Amino acid sequence: MKKLLVAILCLTMFLSMASAASAAEANVIEFWTFAESHVDLYKVMAEKWNAEFPDKPIELSVSVMPYDDMHNKLLIALQSGEGAPDMVDIEIGKFANFLKGEPQLLPLNRVVEPELDNIVRSRVDIYSKDGNFYGICFHVGAAVIYYNDALLKEAGIDYTTIKTWDDYAQAGAKFLEATGKPFGTVETTDLWHFEPLVFSQGGDILNKEDGTPNIDSPEVKKALAFNQDLIQKGILALAPGGNHHAEEYYGMMNAGSYGSVIMPMWYMNRFTDYMPDLSKQIAIAPLPVWEEGQPRSVGLGGTGTAVTNQATNPDLTMDFLAYTKLSKEGNVQVWKVLGFDPIRSEVWSMPELRDGDTKFHQYYVNNPFDVLMEIKDEIPAITVSEFLPPTSDALKNNVFFRAYEEMADLDTMLPEENAKVK
Amino acid sequence: MKKRQGFRAFFYSQKAAPYVFVMPFILVFVIFFVFPLISTVIMSFQSVLPGQVRFIGLENIKRLNDPEFFQAIKNNLIYTALTLALLIPFPMIFACMLNSKATIGRNFFRSALFVPILTSVVVAGTIFRLIFGELPGALANQIVGLFGMGPFRWRQMQGTVYMILVMLACWRWTGVNILYFLSGLQSIPEELYESASIDGASTIRKFRHITWPMLKPTTIYVLTISIYGGFAMFLESYMLYTNNRSPRGMGLTIIGYLYRQGWEQNNIGYGSAIGLCLLLIVMVINLVQLKFFGLFAKEDK
Repeated sequence: MKKLLVAILCLTMFLSMASAASAAEANVIEFWTFAESHVDLYKVMAEKWNAEFPDKPIELSVSVMPYDDMHNKLLIALQSGEGAPDMVDIEIGKFANFLKGEPQLLPLNRVVEPELDNIVRSRVDIYSKDGNFYGICFHVGAAVIYYNDALLKEAGIDYTTIKTWDDYAQAGAKFLEATGKPFGTVETTDLWHFEPLVFSQGGDILNKEDGTPNIDSPEVKKALAFNQDLIQKGILALAPGGNHHAEEYYGMMNAGSYGSVIMPMWYMNRFTDYMPDLSKQIAIAPLPVWEEGQPRSVGLGGTGTAVTNQATNPDLTMDFLAYTKLSKEGNVQVWKVLGFDPIRSEVWSMPELRDGDTKFHQYYVNNPFDVLMEIKDEIPAITVSEFLPPTSDALKNNVFFRAYEEMADLDTMLPEENAKVK
Repeated sequence: MKKRQGFRAFFYSQKAAPYVFVMPFILVFVIFFVFPLISTVIMSFQSVLPGQVRFIGLENIKRLNDPEFFQAIKNNLIYTALTLALLIPFPMIFACMLNSKATIGRNFFRSALFVPILTSVVVAGTIFRLIFGELPGALANQIVGLFGMGPFRWRQMQGTVYMILVMLACWRWTGVNILYFLSGLQSIPEELYESASIDGASTIRKFRHITWPMLKPTTIYVLTISIYGGFAMFLESYMLYTNNRSPRGMGLTIIGYLYRQGWEQNNIGYGSAIGLCLLLIVMVINLVQLKFFGLFAKEDK
């Protein structure tokens, strides 16, 4: 028994010494994320960093945790001032929580400000408070529409002729008649399908001036009414599982049950990964609008990578973050590895990206990059305030359910739900 | 006798010894229960943000006047009532059956009924979510399909949401409650039943006049922990929706509401107020229940 104890003690001492020794060589950057796929990008970039700056090598220590878990843990660690990582991915829907009070994240102005002219500015503005930038985004998140071109052709519809929501409704009716299938789906527990309908009118779910909840605005009402009408006609169906990330939905879409889906560009890798049967059938197109001339996209979703005030080596961490997400090379990899539309605009016109041979090029009928180029000046950003988490909760929990499932009267329901948001 | 000094005196002292022995419990109790309780009370009057902790009086208490919170309480009340109505009588009957020597395969049923509790809530919740999926191919929809009904959107209707949650609770907890009742049954002396048989009592009379009263302490125990369990339910509904959101709060529980406000929206102060409220509700219900069933009767006499 005693011998065993001694052996264990020796082993732990040896291990702790060994880890201390390696720490002396490379600077360990502790990094938390909630998305497994993001890790691939950081690993690629860490290798490149170590090759380029052999004098200050880094070693990434990555923890991937479930979405809610990670944000909650981070909240506790920052509140209590102990146990936070050096660098962390914070999803946009949660970011406002971390800007409440005195942000426990470090301002990234030193690395962000020199690059402001080269990047889509709104993608750092959404993570800022009082003129300080606290996060850098992966992507622009341009919303687009994905058509099942094979099904549309069967129904005799050319997706390039769909320019307005009216065209969309008409094409939907034709599609329903020809195939007996719904033309698209609405999410009852998520926002992605819905926000483009509001933004093309210039609206938002938060007031643009003061950031207060804006659920009872005419733009929101018009979008909901449009969807209600199409649901009643059978042109739109409720997404099985409640949203476009549910297993049920992937299965149905993969089986060719719907004609189209409205999602941001970053949804591209969901198609390649979860709906392999639709390879060479899906076309990407700019979104319809209400009247020509309105913006055909909106930047949705996002993950701001931040450096916490508990970072052991804040400057180095910040430099590495900038190298990964602001540099040209980093942005090229964002597209190549993750299939996200990168925030650095010059990357968009690089011919080697357009003509590359990634899994995305092989999967889609048309070239996703061309779509991105077409809409690049039509991507407004959403308004962000501390009301964003409760307002999107209200939409996800109550508004969509009441509107689409219960067909509630919008004139009474919307003010009621708007007043409930605190 | 030589007087012991210093440490030795302390360890041999008859006065100090009991305190030394209870110290581990006291320490655990103070550190993990009393201290958090006190800080919860304090935080429920504060707005807690990094670098900006300040007292805001009764703001948090006033905020409790929220229809969502009432919905959560209502859900918990209905859920608890339904689980109590099912999870006390049936396990008791099953326990009596398993305790009877006439039952064939007692050990098999005992373990088979106990196995569900060994699964994690996460796994169980996920399986129930898949069984009650909304597509025609989901198990529950196939079954009702045999009778020409459905498919139903089980998780989007209030009635079926309660049904799923209660089914899940029954599936998991029946075995545990059976175990409690079995141990209660085994402590009832055989002689009582023998003498009752000699007096010509029927099985039902024996149950009413021997088993039921002798099982009362066990029943009260099961009732108390079930009430707490019902009000503390969270993970089941979380897994059913794969997150803390359900349409119109159909699956929202008090803890779910606490989690949403405290963590998801970073209002720890308000979360503390909700937590205190939950403590009060459970305590009042249990005190009333214990009083009603006469647990304090001895002190009264």
